Amino acid sequence: MAVDMARAPQSKLRWGELDEDDGEDLDFLLPPKIVEGPDENGVKRVIEYRFNEDGNKVKVTTTTRVRKLARARLSRRAIERRSWAKFGDAAHEDTGSRLTMVSTEEIILERPRAPGSQAEEVKVAGDPLAAMGKAGAVLMVCRACGKKGDHWTSKCPYKDLAPQVDAFIDKPPTETTASSGATKGGAYVPPSLRAGAERSGTEMRRRNDENSVRVTNLSEDTREPDLLELFRAFGPVSRVYVAVDQKTGMSRGFGFVNFVNKEDAERAINKLNGYGYDNLILRVEWATPRPN
Amino acid sequence: MRPILMKGHERPLTFLKYNREGDLLFSCAKDHTPTVWFADNGERLGTYRGHNGAVWCCDVSRDSMRLITGSADQTVKLWNVQTGAQLYSFNFDSPARAVDFSVGDKLAVITTDPFMGLPSTIQVKRIAKDPSEQTGDSVLTITGPQGRINRAVWGPLNKTIISGGEDAVLRIWDSETGQLLKESNNETGHQKTITSLSKSADGSHFLSGSLDKSAKLWDIRTLTLIKTYVTERPVNAVAISPLLDHVVIGGGQDASHVTTTDRRAGKFEAKFFHKILQEEIGGVKGHFGPINALAFNPDGRSFSSGGEDGYVRLHHFDPEYFNIKM
Repeated sequence: MAVDMARAPQSKLRWGELDEDDGEDLDFLLPPKIVEGPDENGVKRVIEYRFNEDGNKVKVTTTTRVRKLARARLSRRAIERRSWAKFGDAAHEDTGSRLTMVSTEEIILERPRAPGSQAEEVKVAGDPLAAMGKAGAVLMVCRACGKKGDHWTSKCPYKDLAPQVDAFIDKPPTETTASSGATKGGAYVPPSLRAGAERSGTEMRRRNDENSVRVTNLSEDTREPDLLELFRAFGPVSRVYVAVDQKTGMSRGFGFVNFVNKEDAERAINKLNGYGYDNLILRVEWATPRPN
Repeated sequence: MRPILMKGHERPLTFLKYNREGDLLFSCAKDHTPTVWFADNGERLGTYRGHNGAVWCCDVSRDSMRLITGSADQTVKLWNVQTGAQLYSFNFDSPARAVDFSVGDKLAVITTDPFMGLPSTIQVKRIAKDPSEQTGDSVLTITGPQGRINRAVWGPLNKTIISGGEDAVLRIWDSETGQLLKESNNETGHQKTITSLSKSADGSHFLSGSLDKSAKLWDIRTLTLIKTYVTERPVNAVAISPLLDHVVIGGGQDASHVTTTDRRAGKFEAKFFHKILQEEIGGVKGHFGPINALAFNPDGRSFSSGGEDGYVRLHHFDPEYFNIKM
């Protein structure tokens, strides 16, 4: 701490004579540093007090855990071997080489659990930050696109490309079969041939995109739930989307609503085009050139 | 625990071996250079340069002075552990697969692959104390098994040699006459290629791992089946803990599962089983590819695994490991 270095032997300070911004010299007002030595878990706690920029007294607690990775119980011969010279490809190596590194992840001996209990979830939630940028430790799984490693589900940039399990329409419950039916003795069954797979799923989605309604002139704070609430009156809605500026978080003023039925979409357009919503006049039209 | 990752090999690992005192770890891989590491912190000590093919197996003498390695370049080489110098090279007519020093390090058993019409063989060579007196003659040559012999180890007091390989049969041979003493039979034995063998610390029983997704524990003298451990994956490597009643089994992935499973990185695991109860204790994940090699430190407090991904992962057990109750 630089503050300590700056202290010269001081003559008796009278607090009334001190300047406002000389707060750093008021160290004598602070309680002394406390070091709680390593306890049986190897946890060491250092409690310091100092003044922050605003001149307030702050208590800084630093908790460190010292772990010994290995117990060095080496025989005499082993100790001799420790001092052998490096040879072969290791001869020109310096200690900074990154061949050997300690894993940043904590790996545990996972006990087997009864089926149906969540083993993985807890571990993943505990270490999301360690996964960032680390080649092997991919713990961020996006449910929307199945891509791993760089974003969570809510931030998925491929949201509209991936098949989504929407809460708005009742897809037949058999869609989410994992290993039902045709597993003839464990043979591989492609997803499109599994029981309950929607063969016409893609057709359905294409038709759905023809029921797409574009809504423009939205107010800044309009979001998907708002649109949903507004449009569901006309019929079941399969999907809503509002374009949001990532930097500011505000709506970019437009969005899309996909109806299940084309007639509902048509009625919505007729009724809501020109409708006043949140101080702005909505413009509602077909998203694609008018499908006829 | 925080495993130590050692990425010294560019190709898949094939074998791992600790020296007797447990301070050195020798790793063999398909990249032609066996490497030696310090077993406490994973720091690399050196590499042995000289082979021209994948190194399949190695063994180290009891005094940690000599290393023997078997390679696909049809040679088995003897090395000075400390300097990395090659002391002798045995030449064969086919790739060498498994090597093992006898108790006393005076003999070594070497297996060779079937190659260009030649059958697979098990050969015993004498190892001289002074490398300059070393000759290449075989004391004993055994042929007979069909297919590759993946592993051969010495039995108690060097009286027998135990071998296992692609024909899924474990065999015990007399080490002086070469006669076949015992064979595992079809019902109790493995159904597919035996990939690995591992002796217990006292040498009274051993574990065999096979691509039939099981590992079996056998009595070394009578070849009676004692225990069977069933996993979901073909077994590539096995090891017996010298300290506790645990065995660890490492394997790969069934080909049919490759496209359908969520290939989350680091999912290949080394499975721990209770040796006597045959129940799974748990798994240690982390490898990005099938596990090809496993070894326990002779003190039983750490183990290392080598994978298809080229990494050696060195694990020091947490205190909780020693208190696991089943």
